Amino acid sequence: MNIAHDLIVLAPELILAIGSMAALMVGAWQGDKATRLVSILMAALMVIAGAAVCVGVPATAFHGAFVVDAFSGFTKVLILGSAALCIVMAQNFFVKEKMVRFEMPILIGLATLGMLAMVSASNFLALYLGLELQSLALYVLAAFQRDNTRSTEAGLKYFVLGALSSGTMLYGISLIYGFTGTTDFSGVAQVIAQSGTGIGLIFGLVFLISGLVFKISAVPFHMWAPDVYEGSPTPVTAFFTTAAKVAALALTIRAVMIPFAHAVDEYRQIIVVVSVLSMWLGAVAAIGQQNIKRLMAYSSIGHMGYALLGLAAGTQEGVRGMLIYIAFYAVTNIGAFVCIQAMRRHGEAVENISDLAGLARTRPGYAFAFAALMWSLAGLPPVAGIVAKIYVFLAAMHAGLIIPAVLGVLASCVGAYYYLRIAKVIYFDEPAKPLDAGLGGRGMGTILTLSTAFTLLLLVVPWVLVGPAAAAAQALLP
Amino acid sequence: MLYAILVFLPIITSAIAGVFQKWLGARPSELLTTAGLFVSLGLSIYAFYDVAILGHAQIVPLWTWISSGDLTVDWSVRVDTLTAVMLVVVTGVSALVHLYSIGYMHDDPDRPRFFSYLSLFTFAMLMLVTANNFVQVFFGWEGVGLASYLLIGFWYKKPTANAAALKAFVVNRVGDFGFMLGLFAIFWVFGTLDFDAVFKAAPTFAGKTFEFAGQQVDILTTICLLLFVGAMGKSAQIGLHTWLPDAMEGPTPVSALIHAATMVTAGVFLVCRASPLFELAPNALAFVTFIGATTAFFAASVGLFQNDIKRVIAYSTCSQLGYMFVAAGVSAYGAAMFHLFTHAFFKALLFLSAGAVIVALHHEQDMRKMGGLRKQLPFTYWMMLIGNLALTGIGIPMLGVGTAGFYSKDAIINSAYLAGTPMGHYAFWLTLIAAGMTSFYSWRQFLMTFHGRYRGLDRHEWDHHHDPHHHALALEDVHEPARTMLVPLGVLALGALIAGAAFVHFFIGDAVFWRGAVALAFGHHAEGEHEIPVLIEFAPLILTIVGFGTAYYFYIMRPELPAQLAARKGLLYTFLYRKWYFDELYDFLFVRPAKWLGRLLWKWGDGKFIDGLGPDGVAARVLDATRGAVKLQSGYVYHYAFAMLIGVVGLATYFMLGWR
Repeated sequence: MNIAHDLIVLAPELILAIGSMAALMVGAWQGDKATRLVSILMAALMVIAGAAVCVGVPATAFHGAFVVDAFSGFTKVLILGSAALCIVMAQNFFVKEKMVRFEMPILIGLATLGMLAMVSASNFLALYLGLELQSLALYVLAAFQRDNTRSTEAGLKYFVLGALSSGTMLYGISLIYGFTGTTDFSGVAQVIAQSGTGIGLIFGLVFLISGLVFKISAVPFHMWAPDVYEGSPTPVTAFFTTAAKVAALALTIRAVMIPFAHAVDEYRQIIVVVSVLSMWLGAVAAIGQQNIKRLMAYSSIGHMGYALLGLAAGTQEGVRGMLIYIAFYAVTNIGAFVCIQAMRRHGEAVENISDLAGLARTRPGYAFAFAALMWSLAGLPPVAGIVAKIYVFLAAMHAGLIIPAVLGVLASCVGAYYYLRIAKVIYFDEPAKPLDAGLGGRGMGTILTLSTAFTLLLLVVPWVLVGPAAAAAQALLP
Repeated sequence: MLYAILVFLPIITSAIAGVFQKWLGARPSELLTTAGLFVSLGLSIYAFYDVAILGHAQIVPLWTWISSGDLTVDWSVRVDTLTAVMLVVVTGVSALVHLYSIGYMHDDPDRPRFFSYLSLFTFAMLMLVTANNFVQVFFGWEGVGLASYLLIGFWYKKPTANAAALKAFVVNRVGDFGFMLGLFAIFWVFGTLDFDAVFKAAPTFAGKTFEFAGQQVDILTTICLLLFVGAMGKSAQIGLHTWLPDAMEGPTPVSALIHAATMVTAGVFLVCRASPLFELAPNALAFVTFIGATTAFFAASVGLFQNDIKRVIAYSTCSQLGYMFVAAGVSAYGAAMFHLFTHAFFKALLFLSAGAVIVALHHEQDMRKMGGLRKQLPFTYWMMLIGNLALTGIGIPMLGVGTAGFYSKDAIINSAYLAGTPMGHYAFWLTLIAAGMTSFYSWRQFLMTFHGRYRGLDRHEWDHHHDPHHHALALEDVHEPARTMLVPLGVLALGALIAGAAFVHFFIGDAVFWRGAVALAFGHHAEGEHEIPVLIEFAPLILTIVGFGTAYYFYIMRPELPAQLAARKGLLYTFLYRKWYFDELYDFLFVRPAKWLGRLLWKWGDGKFIDGLGPDGVAARVLDATRGAVKLQSGYVYHYAFAMLIGVVGLATYFMLGWR
C-alpha cells in the first residue's frame, strides 16, 4: 500500500478537486463574464470524472476508508450526470434572472466532490468528511439568490437544521465508536458479529440513521425540505432532489447495511417506520399544495419513502430495487425540473400549478413531456415509474414486509391524485395566460427530451437499468 | 352442409342487415333477409321430406363449443322428425312474416334493424330446434329471449313498449332459472348433456331418489319439473304468463312470428324433446297436464272480455299452448306437436289479419271503435273467417272433415279423456269448457270487428274533428293494405284449412313418422279415435256452436247488452277483465318489495355505506389529513428542529422500552 496507489484509486475525485480549483482561478481572474466558460469547464470536468469512474477497477484506499466498487461506480455516474445537467440548467437560469456568478458551477462541483467521497466512504470519519463538504456547498447554493428573501431564508433554515442533524449523527458515530472501538464499517460489523448489539450501540444506530435520513428528507426529519426546495433557485432545487438524493441514499445504504449487517432486525424497525411515514406524508401533504416546487418537495419525501423500503428489506434484492428507484427518480426529476424552470410568463418565473392550465393547447410537446413525467412519478404504467416501484415492492415482499408494501401501494394510490391533477390541469382546464415560448435553449430541450425518452422507454428496455443496478447491489452485498 | 346453411343463413343475413344498415338502406335489407329466409324454408321442406317421409334422420356435428373437464358440448345440427316439423313451422312462418313485414313496416325509419332482429330471432329458434344437447337448446332459448326483448321494445321511444320488453325479459328469467337448474341437475346426474346419452341412461335412474332438505326426492321428477319451469316461462303458462299479453306492444308481425307461432312453442318443443325423461316421471307429467289445462281455461276466460284486438289473440295463444301441454302431459306428444303445427298456421293467420285491420285503421287496436269493416276489407274478412274457423275447430267428427284446429284440438281433448287418470279428467273438462269460451271470444272479436255498425267516426263527424292527433278514421277511408301483406295471408289460410286433414295421419299414432323422435307411449293408452263415446266426440263441436250463438246474441242481436254488462261491473266480469288480478298480485308480492329493497340498497347500501365509507369517505379523510399536514408546516425553524428531536427521542425510547 503506497500513496501512489491510493491516489490512482481516487482519480475521479482528484480530477474534480483540482479542476474546480483551476476553474476557481479562471473565475477569480476573469470575473463574472467568464461564468459561461467556467460552467462549460465544470460540466466537462464532470464528464471526464465520469469517464474515470467508468474505467476504475474495484479497490480500496487509505486503509480501507475509501472503497471503489460497482456500487460506488453506479451511483457516481448518476451523481456526476445529474450534476452536469444541473450546471447546464443553472447557467440558463441565472442568465434569465440576470444574476450570473461564476461561483455557481464551482459550488456545484465542490458539492459533487463531497458526494463522490460520501458514496465511496467506508469509514465513519471519511463519511463525515464527504458529508460536510457536500453540505457546506449546498447551504451556500440554497441561499445563492442573496437579494431574494425566500432564498436566504431557505439557506439559513437548511444550515441550522443541517448543523443539528450533523451533531446528531456525530453523536451517534461517537457512540458506535465507543461501543465497538473502531470507525471502520467492516470493523463495526465484525464486532457486532462477535459480541452482538447492546442498547448503547442501538442508540448510536438511531442517532446515525436520524442524521442520515435528514439528508434524504425522510419523515420526521423532512420539515426543512418544503421550505428549502421552494425558496432555493430552481436548478439548485433540481440538484437537491437528484444528485444530493442519490448521494445521501447511497451513503445511507452503505453506512447502515455494512456495519450493521448483523443487526438487520434492529435497523429494519427504524427504516420501516421512517419509510411508511414518508410515503404517506408525501402523498397526503402534497395534495394541498399550489406551488409546484413545494409539491415536488413533498413528492420527493414520498419517493424517498418508497426507496427506503428497499433498505428495510436489508437484502441484495432490496439494494437493487433502491438503486433502480433512485436512478429512475433522478432522471425523471431532472426532466420535471426543466419543465418547472421553463415556466415563465413575461420573463418572470411562475410556480403555481394553475399557471399550467390548458398548456396542451398552446405547447403540445412541452405539455406532453410534463404530463408523461408526472405520470411516471405517479408510478402508473406504461412509463418508467412502475418499473422502479415493482422492484422495490417485490424486494420488500420477499423480505416478508407485506404490510409496509401494502401501505406503500395504498400511499401511491393517494399520491397518484396530485400527479394526475397536474396532467389534468395541463390537458383539460381552460387555458390560462400563455407561458413564454421555448424551454430556454437547446441544452434544456435536450435534457427534457432525454429524460422523457428514458421515462417512456424504460418499460420496454428495463435491462439497461436493471443489469447495472443488479451488479452494483451484488458488489455491495455479495 | 345443407342443414348448416339452413341454420346459419338467417344469422348471416341478419348480421349484414344489422351491421351495414346505414350503407345498405332499407330495401336491400328487406330483400336480403326475406330471400335468405325463403331459401331456408326451401331447405326445410326438403329436410321434412328427406327426414320425416323418407326417414333419413341425421346428426351433423359442427365443432366443439365447450370442453372443460368432464363437460363437452358440441355445436351440431340434429335433424329428426321432431326437428323437421319445427323447421318447417319456424322457417315457414318466419318467411311469410318477413314478406308481410315489408308492407307492414313500410313507413318505419328503422326497417333494416327490424329485419335484422327478425332474422336473428329465426336463427336462434333454429339453433334451439336443431340442438343435439341441452346446452345448445339453452343457447337458442336465450337467443330467442333476447330477440323477443329487442323486438317487443322495437319502438323504444314508446315507454309502454320498453316496459313490456323488460317484463318479458324478467319473467322469462324466472323460467330460465328453472331451466338452468334443470341443466345442472342433468349434468350432475348423468354426467353429460347430450340427448341420446341422457335418454339412454334415463331408465336406470327411474324411481331413484336423492335427499333434499331431509326428504327423499325423485331424481327424474325433479329434473323434469325444473325443465318444465323453463318451458312455462317461454310458453307463457299460468303464473309466468303475464309477459305475453303485454308483448303485444311490439309490431304485429312480431306478435305473429314470436308470440304465436314459434318462440312460445319452444316450451312445448322442449317437453316433447325430453319426452323420454318425462315418460319416466309420471308425477311431472301430471303436473304438466294440470298446468296446461288450468292455463287453457284461465286464458280463455280472460280472453272473453278483452277489447284490444291483439290481446284477445294473445290470450287465445296462451290458452292454446295450454292445450298443447295437456297433450304432452297425457303422453300424446304426437297430438301436442300436431296442434303446435296447425296452430302455427291459423294463429299466424289471425295475427297477420289483425295486423291488416290495424294498418287499415291507422293503428287503431280497440275493437270498440271498429265494426262493419266487412265491405271495406273483404279479403281480410275472409282470411279472418278462415282463421277463426280453424281456431275454433269447426268440423264434423264422424266424417273426419274439418279445418286444421278440428283435427288437432279434438285429438287433444280426446286424448285427455282417454288418459283415464284423475288429472286426465280434470284436463278433459277444462279444455272442453275452454273450447266453448274460445268460440265465444273468437266470434265476439270477429263480429265486433267486421259486423254491426262502424263505431269509429263517420264522414260527417270526421270533418269536425279533423286534427292529426285524433286517430279515429272515417269508414270510407279504410282500405285493404298492400299486396305483400295479403299474399302471406292467403298462404297461411290455405294451411289453416287443409294442414289438419293432410297431416293428421302422420302426426297422430304413426310410429313410422316419428321414428322415436318423441316417446310414443302406446302402453297406457292409445292415441287415435276409438273407444270414444259419440257424445264426447261431439261435445267440442256443440260447445263451439253454443259459444258462437252467445257471441251472435250479444254482439249482433242485442249490441247494447255488452255495454250494460260492462257498466254494471259485476264481480265475475271485473275478475275476468282484470285478468284474475295476476298483475296486481305480482306487483304486490314481487315488484314493490323489490323496488323497496332496491331503494334501500341504493340510498343506504351504496350511497351512505359504500360511497360514504368508500370513495367519498376516504377522499374526505385524505383531505383532512392534508390540512393537518400542511398546518404542521409552520415555517418556524424551532418547530422543525423540535420535530426532528421528537423523532430521535421517539425512536430511542422505542428501543429502550423494547430492549430485552
